[in-house]
Amino acid sequence: MPETVETKNLKKTKKTQIKEMFTILLSSKIAMVGLFIVLFWVFVALFAPLLTPYTPNEQDWKAPNQGPSAEHILGTDELGRDLWTRLIYGARVVLVVLPVSENISLPGGTAIWGVLVALIIGATLGLIGGYKGGWLDELVMRLLDAMMAIPVILLYLIIVVAIGASAVNVVIAISIVGVPGIARLVRSLTLDIKTREYIRAAETRGESAWFIMFVEILPNTRGPIIIDAMLRIGYAIFAMGTLGFLGLGMPPPSPDWGSMVAKGRAFILTGNPYAALWPSLAIASLVVGLNLLADGIREESMRYQ
Amino acid sequence: MPGSFCCRALTTNESDPMEHTSDIPVLEVKDLAISYQTRKQLVPAVRGVNFTVRQGQTVGVVGESGCGKSTIAFGILDFLGSNGKVVGGSIKFMGKEMVGTPRAELRKIRGNNISMVYQDPMQALNPSLTIGTQLTEVLTAHTDIGEKEAWGRCIAMLERVYMPDAANVMNRYVHMISGGQQQRVVIAMALLNNPSLLIMDEPTTALDVTVEAAVLDLVEDLKKDFNTGIIFITHNLGVVARVSDRLCVMYAGEMVEQGPIENLFANPAHPYTRGLLCCVPRLGDSLSNNRLWSIQGRVPDPAERDLDACIFAPRCDWRIEGRSLEDKSLTANCTSQHPELLAISEDHWSRCFLGRETLKVPYDDYSRGQKDSVIQMAEGDDDFSAMDTLLNIQNMKLYYPEQNPSLRAILGLEKKSHVKAVDDISLKVLKGTTLGIVGESGCGKSTLVKGIIGLEALTGGKVELMGIDLNQPAQKRDLSLIRELQMVFQNPDSTLNPSYSVGAQIARPIHKFKTVPKRKVRQEVERLLKSVKLASYYYDRYPRQLSGGEKQRIGIARALASRPSLVICDEPVSALDVSVAAAVLNLLNEIKEDMGSTMIFIAHDLSVVRFISDLVAVMYLGEIVEFGPVSAIYPPPYHPYSEALLSSVPIPDPTDKRQSIILSGDVPSPTNRPSGCCFHTRCPRRSVLPDNGKICEQEKPKFQRLPNGHKILCHIPADKLTELAMERGDERMMLHTG
Repeated sequence: MPETVETKNLKKTKKTQIKEMFTILLSSKIAMVGLFIVLFWVFVALFAPLLTPYTPNEQDWKAPNQGPSAEHILGTDELGRDLWTRLIYGARVVLVVLPVSENISLPGGTAIWGVLVALIIGATLGLIGGYKGGWLDELVMRLLDAMMAIPVILLYLIIVVAIGASAVNVVIAISIVGVPGIARLVRSLTLDIKTREYIRAAETRGESAWFIMFVEILPNTRGPIIIDAMLRIGYAIFAMGTLGFLGLGMPPPSPDWGSMVAKGRAFILTGNPYAALWPSLAIASLVVGLNLLADGIREESMRYQ
Repeated sequence: MPGSFCCRALTTNESDPMEHTSDIPVLEVKDLAISYQTRKQLVPAVRGVNFTVRQGQTVGVVGESGCGKSTIAFGILDFLGSNGKVVGGSIKFMGKEMVGTPRAELRKIRGNNISMVYQDPMQALNPSLTIGTQLTEVLTAHTDIGEKEAWGRCIAMLERVYMPDAANVMNRYVHMISGGQQQRVVIAMALLNNPSLLIMDEPTTALDVTVEAAVLDLVEDLKKDFNTGIIFITHNLGVVARVSDRLCVMYAGEMVEQGPIENLFANPAHPYTRGLLCCVPRLGDSLSNNRLWSIQGRVPDPAERDLDACIFAPRCDWRIEGRSLEDKSLTANCTSQHPELLAISEDHWSRCFLGRETLKVPYDDYSRGQKDSVIQMAEGDDDFSAMDTLLNIQNMKLYYPEQNPSLRAILGLEKKSHVKAVDDISLKVLKGTTLGIVGESGCGKSTLVKGIIGLEALTGGKVELMGIDLNQPAQKRDLSLIRELQMVFQNPDSTLNPSYSVGAQIARPIHKFKTVPKRKVRQEVERLLKSVKLASYYYDRYPRQLSGGEKQRIGIARALASRPSLVICDEPVSALDVSVAAAVLNLLNEIKEDMGSTMIFIAHDLSVVRFISDLVAVMYLGEIVEFGPVSAIYPPPYHPYSEALLSSVPIPDPTDKRQSIILSGDVPSPTNRPSGCCFHTRCPRRSVLPDNGKICEQEKPKFQRLPNGHKILCHIPADKLTELAMERGDERMMLHTG
């Protein structure tokens, strides 16, 4: 008789797992708002060439510094470039395409690559520190502590000034800055997980340290890491904006949200705030969206446990 | 110990302020129903609970985990959390209805009249305040007693719960006293404002047996002295038999049986109660039993329960098999109608359509299998030389260096101190037998195993497996050696990696040790699943979809995957519910008989060890104090420590009112081992030796060799030990084993 219950439980396969994830997402209004904002930006970035008749660097000499109109729905900048076009092409660099050189570009935006690289390095360091412990852990963690002591903006500036401003270098800067935080998170998770009995079982099976770290421990850290990564993409977008604003982002004339704000800033008082307003709103909405999504998922997955 | 009992004379007979209301029960619970709001729906957690607690009465609430025992306690206290609420029935405290009373008013009633004792004293006490501060707060917060008077009353209360050195304990912090003493502090705190009702939620579950026995004695005494009504929640039938006057059996959120304790143990009517009583191994059972009764299936989740049927029907063998039921039509309604409580005898109810029918079959008659052969030691072969030795441990030592934060120590000026977790142990594990290792927490039994399996490096001595040296840590050992030694772990929730499917986790050792060719791995995994009594569809399931017992079976399958010659089980059933534990024990016994595997079985539960082992070693403070075949360990003569352990085991029989031996003091620190015999600081028997056992302090005892390879590490002659045990009236063990 208990077999019927058993088989019923059995049908809870991967499909229901995904379904459960969606119910979590759907039951949190906060997460839904976040998801909507993020998906909006991903969508416009993906289909940017189809959503505008202009190219980002096309100049309309007759219409510089204009407000929203029928031809230019968000207006134009001081060189008469269409702001909507520049905005959505800017989103491309952030979320969808990483221009490595003029001819080569990788899928996945600058912010995402930066966080991904930081994740790989940070998780490795955290795993080694947490699992091995001892002097190795001390050495790694003290070095990372020293890095964390430097203010983030300063660290970005130092790195980008040292290696030059380009998309790839921004990725490098984002990853270097992200490593200490991720390493700390993974280390603390590892310290907890390594006391579990399945790690003892792997050790008594004579598994190597690498196997235990990457196959037994790492997959179990994924929940907190995913949420942390979402927040970190938000920080990275913020950082890109800051660097762009300071003239250290993508080299001109590429459509960079930060540098758009910097250029448009001069015209705010002359009655044309649009060139600065739209990219500021874009950065703010995307960062807020990612934060809402991460918070919503975290809260909802904690409840009812 | 004499110290624990003489205090009873000190207790005062206070006149009871509530005397005139004594005919009103302290607590009356009627048709209580509690539900929890989840994401999807309102899930009923508890329903149909009826019981009454009178003054000076202890009502035991027993059941497996997930049966709603604690929910009742929280319901009474109104601690259900934001998503739980009482949806029906009534809770009357001293005649006053509690359901629907505003929170502020409830708080007043609770604070002054109801106290609760939780399972884990470490979590109930604040580690950053002294015990005195925490205790006096109870008095100063609820009454207008001054600081000084409160302090004095707290010391008096601590003395009343037999706390040694009470005045000094007041100034200590929680970590400075032992677990048993912490629980005494919690009980003292609960009693300070003289509550009418005391709720104890598994108060002894986290404690060792000898400490548990002392706490249970204390609960008995307090009930008499304070005339308090007590609700005693536990999963352990032995414990409940010892302290309760009435018993409520909970199953899946419902009360299935209720009655006076003697009545209920003598004539258990509900099939679930009968199952519970049958599935625990008992000290009095015949040694040739190799199967326990176990209840099939598991407790259904609250959301899966069928509210219009008997909740136990899917697991009930009376319904499924009929057993010796004459009138089979009685079970016709089991799956379509919800049974009400039926009177079995006066004041004894059972929620079962069968009612008194079940009583016609004696409940301990459930057929249990017989061992093919009980391991017999050859006469006169006291070193077991006639049997093959699989694992030979010689003078094994395992010390942990102790962290000493002083500057002198860092500079290397101070002598390094060591925690001597395992000190000079010699043992033989014989091929095809099971060696049971028992001892309380901190006795070094887990460390011993870690040394064998290679998780810790040995400090000294030698371990040999079939003549091959095992002194290297696991990662440096040869693969062929690693596969011979595998381990089953204690905690079902952490024994499996939550990220991988069951199949992948069992397949990993098969891949690693290449026990079968690659294309046959899946087949092999399914064979292993079958050998642990799980269907092959478990291959694709993830650990979180499994119950505790299932996880533990997978853990066993994983250990067997490399086809090891020695399986080490570290408390494999101590975290499981009794009915599930029984099934796992049966499984281990079957594996042992079918595959002839050799096992080391670690446990703190003497009845479990007795059930599964052929040879038993009793450990205390890193040493083996008694060793021998199971038939020689359980009847006298005993080592005084083994005797104390055995006498403390709670027996599920309320008529058995024997006195357990309460050990005085704490287990000494393994850093600073006592001189001479390591047990002399707590030994209740040393006074029989001349000079109050001076020799015990000065000289390390040698093993006394008795017939059948039985060894006792004690200065007292074995004949005298037997005599002492018989004097205490311990004849029970002789019945089946002698």
